[in-house]
Amino acid sequence: MKKASLETVVGIFVLIGIICLAYLSIKLGKMEIVGGHHYEVRGEFDSVAGLQDGASVEIAGVEVGRVDRIALDPKSERAVVYLSINDGVKLTDDVIASVRTRGIIGDKYITLAPGGSDKLLGNNGLIRDTESAVDLEELLSKYIHGKVD
Amino acid sequence: MSILVDKLGALTLRLLREMGRMLTFLLYSIYMIARHPGKPVHVLRQVHFIGAKSFFVIFLTASFTGMVLGLQGYYTLAKFGSEGLLGSAVALSLIRELGPVLSALMVTGRAGSAITAEIGIKKITEQIDALEAMALDPFKYLVSPKIFGALIAVPLLCAIFDVVGIYGGYIVGVKLLGVNPGAYFHEMEKSVEWKDVYSGIVKSISFGLIIAWVCCYKGYYAGHGAEGVSRATTSAVVMASVVILIWDYFLTSVLL
Repeated sequence: MKKASLETVVGIFVLIGIICLAYLSIKLGKMEIVGGHHYEVRGEFDSVAGLQDGASVEIAGVEVGRVDRIALDPKSERAVVYLSINDGVKLTDDVIASVRTRGIIGDKYITLAPGGSDKLLGNNGLIRDTESAVDLEELLSKYIHGKVD
Repeated sequence: MSILVDKLGALTLRLLREMGRMLTFLLYSIYMIARHPGKPVHVLRQVHFIGAKSFFVIFLTASFTGMVLGLQGYYTLAKFGSEGLLGSAVALSLIRELGPVLSALMVTGRAGSAITAEIGIKKITEQIDALEAMALDPFKYLVSPKIFGALIAVPLLCAIFDVVGIYGGYIVGVKLLGVNPGAYFHEMEKSVEWKDVYSGIVKSISFGLIIAWVCCYKGYYAGHGAEGVSRATTSAVVMASVVILIWDYFLTSVLL
């Protein structure tokens, strides 16, 4: 009887510990135990200055995916951003992807403006219309030095 | 002059001998864990003693640590008008740093001292010699289950500490100070990465090893009489706490 109660206490303790560990790593750490609920599209940008891997991808302010990775296309010397989009979200092939900043000093994220085309983007689809990151410093220096076109 | 040099030499030799003895103690106990993991019930008893019995003290310290982080974080962040970041401030400081370190320090105080006292008393009452006389390895019965148990219990306590602390910060930040609850959790989920959680767990496992190692060692080589055990217990707690904090710095600089 005494041994059983010891085992129960340890069992409860370990269970609580594992639940906490799972909460931390899955909910907060975003560890993906089962993959494959996403598909990947890519877009070419002139500049993605400040955008990080894992930044959110939003449509109308709702998060629909994340930036998977950012690479440089050696031929065109433009930035290629791979987006991992949730399976339930359908993107048309004339969607416009823009790099935006949350607040003035906030994180960079990508917002998608849906188009009206009938064709949907599949896995590894290419987003043709993109808008690059607005470089606040460049804008400021243009304004200060009076080179605004 | 020559007396001073002699004393310096003696001190160096004593330190070196002590460090070597500690290292061989650790290596031998790891070897014993690998060869004879011990009966599950021995390990279970240690998980119960180190882990389950520390639950309430961890719960209490974690909730107040989280609450004071909520209070301090709010005070600082409100100066920049970014109270919404309170969740990520509380969660990151808990997961990366405070959770592993504070839970390890609490376990050192509660369970580590008891481990040293237990082994020390067994040493001075010649129970360890009796085991050896019966050709039973004292490491197998005394040391290995404790190290094994600490390796399981301390990371779990750290995870509990993190989650309880996050909700403590939530209570103060959201319920008392009026931060937006959605912002608290959303910013937290956005800023905490798998790397942060991982580094916290790695830290906590290594702290568990340090606690069990230092406390078993100090008890195993306790001096004579009740005074020897009391001195061993004190120095075990002090040494384990100091080693945890020093090791934490180096581990953080490597894992960052």
